[in-house]
Amino acid sequence: MIRWMFAIVLTALALPLAAQDSMPPAPYAYNQLADPQLEAEASALMQTLRCLKCQSQSIADSDAPMAGDMRHQVRSRILAGESPDQIRRWLIARYGDYVSYEPEVSSTTWPLFAIPVLVILIVAGVLLRRLGKRRSDGDDAGAKA
Amino acid sequence: MRKLTLWLPLALFAFFAGLAAYMLTQEKDQFVESTMIGQPLPEFALQPAFDGLPGASKADFTGKPKLLNIWASWCLPCIAEAPQLEALQKQGVEIIGIAIRDKPEDVAGFLAKYGNPYTRVGSDKISEVQLGIGSSGVPETFVIDAKGVIRYQHIGDVGADDVPVLLAELEKAQ
Amino acid sequence: MIAEIGLAALWLAAALAVLQLVSGAASLRAVPGEANPLAIYTRPAAVVQAFLAVLAFLLLLRAFAVTDLSLKLVATNSHSMKPFIYKLTGTWGNHEGSMLLWVGVLAASGGLLAAFEKRLPERTMSATLAVQGFVALGFYAFLLLSSNPFERLPVPAVEGNGLNPLLQDIGLAIHPPTLYAGYVGLSVAFSLAMGALMTSEVNPAFARVMRPWVLGAWVLLTLGITAGSYWAYYELGWGGWWFWDPVENASLMPWLAATALMHSVSVLAARDALRTWTIMLGVLAFSMSMLGTFLVRSGVLTSVHAFAVDPERGAFILGLLGLYIGGAFTIFALRAGAVAEGKRFAVTSREGALVFNNVMLSAILAIVLLGTLYPLLTEAFDVRVSVGPPYFNPAGAIFAIPMLLVMAVGPLLRWKSDKPTRIQFELLLIAALVIGVIALVSFFGQFPLLPLLGLGLAAALAVAAVLPLRGRKLVRVPLSTWGMVVAHFGIAVSLFGMACEGAFSQERLAAVSPGGTEQISDFAVTLEAVTPIAGPNWTAMEARLAVRQNGGEPVILTPQARSFWSPPQSTSESALLTKWNGQLYAVIGNQAEDGRWQIRIWWKPFVTFIWYGGLLIGLGGILAIAGRVRVDLKRRSATARGTQRRADVEALGAAAPQPAE
Repeated sequence: MIRWMFAIVLTALALPLAAQDSMPPAPYAYNQLADPQLEAEASALMQTLRCLKCQSQSIADSDAPMAGDMRHQVRSRILAGESPDQIRRWLIARYGDYVSYEPEVSSTTWPLFAIPVLVILIVAGVLLRRLGKRRSDGDDAGAKA
Repeated sequence: MRKLTLWLPLALFAFFAGLAAYMLTQEKDQFVESTMIGQPLPEFALQPAFDGLPGASKADFTGKPKLLNIWASWCLPCIAEAPQLEALQKQGVEIIGIAIRDKPEDVAGFLAKYGNPYTRVGSDKISEVQLGIGSSGVPETFVIDAKGVIRYQHIGDVGADDVPVLLAELEKAQ
Repeated sequence: MIAEIGLAALWLAAALAVLQLVSGAASLRAVPGEANPLAIYTRPAAVVQAFLAVLAFLLLLRAFAVTDLSLKLVATNSHSMKPFIYKLTGTWGNHEGSMLLWVGVLAASGGLLAAFEKRLPERTMSATLAVQGFVALGFYAFLLLSSNPFERLPVPAVEGNGLNPLLQDIGLAIHPPTLYAGYVGLSVAFSLAMGALMTSEVNPAFARVMRPWVLGAWVLLTLGITAGSYWAYYELGWGGWWFWDPVENASLMPWLAATALMHSVSVLAARDALRTWTIMLGVLAFSMSMLGTFLVRSGVLTSVHAFAVDPERGAFILGLLGLYIGGAFTIFALRAGAVAEGKRFAVTSREGALVFNNVMLSAILAIVLLGTLYPLLTEAFDVRVSVGPPYFNPAGAIFAIPMLLVMAVGPLLRWKSDKPTRIQFELLLIAALVIGVIALVSFFGQFPLLPLLGLGLAAALAVAAVLPLRGRKLVRVPLSTWGMVVAHFGIAVSLFGMACEGAFSQERLAAVSPGGTEQISDFAVTLEAVTPIAGPNWTAMEARLAVRQNGGEPVILTPQARSFWSPPQSTSESALLTKWNGQLYAVIGNQAEDGRWQIRIWWKPFVTFIWYGGLLIGLGGILAIAGRVRVDLKRRSATARGTQRRADVEALGAAAPQPAE
């Protein structure tokens, strides 16, 4: 049902025609780094940072001016030799976990990691119970049948 | 055991339904708050945003608690908050502005039209300082104490009700 | 007047839903062998209700077609200048219209079920229809009490507000109705599951009745998601095809549950195993589609879903959710213990593999559900977090990879019990393909882990998918087996596309002045000109891009930056150059002060395979349905012939030979 509804808002958020500044975008907002290796690093990082103005887009996907400025920060910091991890931390220090699509284990996000482990355990348990047990009595059940 | 497991889906669902019902009653928080409260301002030095006033730098936040106002001439709510900023200035509050992605002529035009509450206005063409202090939009107003530490963040335009709040926060930051 | 007829039809349909519920419930309480006077109305009520609900939808469709601006819904969502086709599709491009479409399809499928399904015991059928009526009633109430699509304006509007430009697209014509129909198909599966549970008829006969509905719903969901993904890919202009946005997840979760259900119901039909599990999945699949509706329309999750976000409506849907899902889980907890365990099977058997994959699918569902709802949980404590692709991809892969491996092997196994040594050759072949492809690709460069694994698995799956046909006469292979082969092959194709997109995509961003050329992969893209053009309800800047592959003949691409005036919004219309081995994707951005234009180009190798795969999966489902229906029709005519013969024999009286005891 759903993606079209989601789209509606994206435009509403990303490109309202009024109240837009007329400044040219920051140098690295729409320009790639010359070094393909660095650009790949920057691009991978930008895919996982959340645009703060548009709320459900990565900064790589957004045309909001602020997303452009964030891309500029990412690219120019990568160029200055910072690692993607440092940049992510720098942003998290300013905006909290919200800015990163890649949750890290912390006091607020541990269930995101604990529950999958729990799911693995449950899955293993269910499979052992449903399948493992059958191996022993499956044979004689088969024999009886 | 099996009996209990059968109730598990219902329990999980009840948990979700309770949570969802609670969230429906909550006001939707649209804003991303800065996590820089209690942290010192990052180093910065911005060029003047127009000819009338000097630019802004971290060194300007000394002596007494001041307001740091993130704004722009192209931002509509900034027009709405102009009278309140002016009122704050009249009560002796020093407001340092940072104009985001703005042109000198637009800044000058805006201030001529809606009043100028600032002592300094720096020009942040690439939102560098804005990102540095964890601000996610315009307008936003920060209380900075005499040591240059961010003490309070107000998101959105400053309404008439917010003026006493800001004054109190400035007082607290003494 | 027309609108009032529509409204009246809806009220009448709601009344019939009450009758259907009461009558169905009455027949449940009836003493066996004694006809309850109320019970006879169940089926007719369902059929007439279907007619009325569909009529109401058609009347709304007409209002949109003629742009009846005295209707509030039309005035706020349509515009007289809009192209005709988008006037029609605009009917379901809004909250009220889409809900009406939903109940229309719901009632229609209830009507079909009531009119044509004669295989189930009458008590089970009545219980099923009672549940179906109960579900429909909730949605009628929702429409009539909080989202009346036929509301009039006190004074007709002069002009409409128009439809969001992103929705003025043929993708919108296909995607939402397809998904709706899929969700509603799951509601029938839900009603059947509840009916069977309440009357203790969880058996292969019930599974055979449920299967076409599940298959049909699953096909529609598959096609709907595929269409939605492609639509977002070309319409949103960022070159992405899946964003793990909560709204997308809301459509993925029912699909995951339906996929598990479809396999489990097949096991139940063929082997009378997995009884409780099938019922559970039947409830879960519909729960997920209801949950999706709630998440999207209540706006609890992120402010992104501004469409139709209304806490009051959210509360209503949550109420319905609590009623149906809470009720279903309660009945499940109370009654499932009474469902006898089904037939047994060994680990290495077709059932064993299906159980394994069912559990894996459920685990993936759990991960998606967790990642989607977790931000909601933290927001209750005023902490905001984001969960995105870097979480979903690896966490999902933990379960998806074993699942895909077992999926390759499962169809080769025999029912009930099998020996791994029997399919030694196949196992070795699959393992060799996975390892070989991964080694080969790694030899050519450094690629991320998940796409690399995806490529290996895709190759192995593609081969494994056709292995069940080995050594069989192709013309004698049942249609439903062909369906499975095609669908599994489709998974491989889709996975291949995803992996290639992830591993080999190239992006080029540049500010280009007219005449300038940019190189990407082996394409040279020249910006020839940028010209303003106008459409029926928009103006645009259109770029002419000449694309030459390896210096060959140029192909012209014309991406646009469109500005719509009602409502005032701008969109980016991408231009695509489709080759057999991928797509070139071009978007035009703003003009810089120095006169250069911002262009963004991607080369995405084999990206189209993602959606080809989706279509193949859907085709597989259709083949399976066709196969099942054919077998069913044959069985019916055989039974009919048998009855006929018995009648003939009886007519001959004593002369008939007595069958030997």
